[in-house]
Amino acid sequence: MKAPSFEYAKAESVDEALELLGRFGDDAKVIAGGQSLVPALNMRLAGPSALIDIGAIGELRGIKLDGAVMRIGALTRHCEIMASGEIARHVPLLAKAVPNIAHEAIRNRGTIGGSLANADPAAEWPACSLALGAVMEIAGQNGRRKVSAADFFQGYYTTAIEPDEILIAIEFPVISADYRSAFMELSRRKGDYAMVGLAAHARVSGGVFNDVRLSFFNVADRPVLAVSAAAVLEGKEMSVQAVEQAQQALGDDLDPLGDLYCSPEYKIRLARVLTGRVLSQLAAG
Amino acid sequence: MSGGNAMEKTYPVTVIVNGTPMTALVPARLTLADFLRNEAELTGTHVGCEHGVCGACTVRVDGRTVRGCLTLAVQCDGAEVETIEGATEDGRIKDLQDAFIERNALQCGFCTPGFLMAADELLNDNPSPTREEIREHLSGNYCRCTGYQAIVEAVEMTAARRRGEAQ
Repeated sequence: MKAPSFEYAKAESVDEALELLGRFGDDAKVIAGGQSLVPALNMRLAGPSALIDIGAIGELRGIKLDGAVMRIGALTRHCEIMASGEIARHVPLLAKAVPNIAHEAIRNRGTIGGSLANADPAAEWPACSLALGAVMEIAGQNGRRKVSAADFFQGYYTTAIEPDEILIAIEFPVISADYRSAFMELSRRKGDYAMVGLAAHARVSGGVFNDVRLSFFNVADRPVLAVSAAAVLEGKEMSVQAVEQAQQALGDDLDPLGDLYCSPEYKIRLARVLTGRVLSQLAAG
Repeated sequence: MSGGNAMEKTYPVTVIVNGTPMTALVPARLTLADFLRNEAELTGTHVGCEHGVCGACTVRVDGRTVRGCLTLAVQCDGAEVETIEGATEDGRIKDLQDAFIERNALQCGFCTPGFLMAADELLNDNPSPTREEIREHLSGNYCRCTGYQAIVEAVEMTAARRRGEAQ
């Protein structure tokens, strides 16, 4: 289908974008890469009065290592994250997750900030941000503020970003050498949204798991940290029993809703399968 | 005015289409794919699903492939766009096109421009792709006729020939 009509304004700076958002009001939407918004427009699932295009704001692009923090501008494209040696070295979970995002032509255009602000419960970046304890930097008329990933995602397509604010950048902690990351998702076709996915991060030293973070996606209205399963693994070595206990504990952590393709029981089963595979990867390094 | 009506607000855009600047007044909701087909009259860019799944509208913007249906024409103001017509006239994909014919890598042909644009990008980035890498790179393009086998072989064959290996 074709999108409904809307007005359009291109911002050259963050201040101009905020001014335009104030002027066009709550019915306006911000467009970055547009890889989720344009399909929603074409299918008439979204009908904003206006689009504020932030795509030309240079200061919102780029990957910068600053001490123990990897700062990624909101407009940084998925393909740029995929090509970044610094990301692969210092925040490897992102490098492992990015090939799972849609297809090349979509990764060439879609942005990390757009994906996070869209907060699709089936998307990869929200789960990675939660696993790693990322911090979102948000700009509004009254200045800038920072929100942790744990507080940022508030429900289906709902975040801490107010209608008159925009996401500026995401800060990921740089990973220390004894930490490992793994990422897996199960989808019906390559590049489709995951039925269930898992972004994982843990300290593995001497074969023992500590500080395990298992961030599941498309099991609820936002990414979910499986805290019971993580607690089970704390201080344990990799073993069949440890994996089984963690898989069992997922029943306390996850209460998924079914969707068109998966019943709640099937989603739990897939989550347990992913847990086994991901723990094997973490243990193997 | 394509996709619009007399009352609809329009915006000026200048897009460099296959090397030639083109200026038009377009409604904000006009996609790049419809702009290319209806304003530039380049109908090699096909419009299939219109929500980013099928890949028939694949074109290059500033050197990288994008979905023409998920990109608005107004977002492309000042951008360089290359369509299948440009890639064909350029001559650089003639061997790839010949391989598609040779291997029967198309039947109805609706998906072919998108596949050629995607495969062209792959072969530029990676002169020696494995079959798995070819399948991965083309996974965002749908073909409902061929079953993909012949398409993968045509791309593989082109890569081998470009490396000077007889096939």
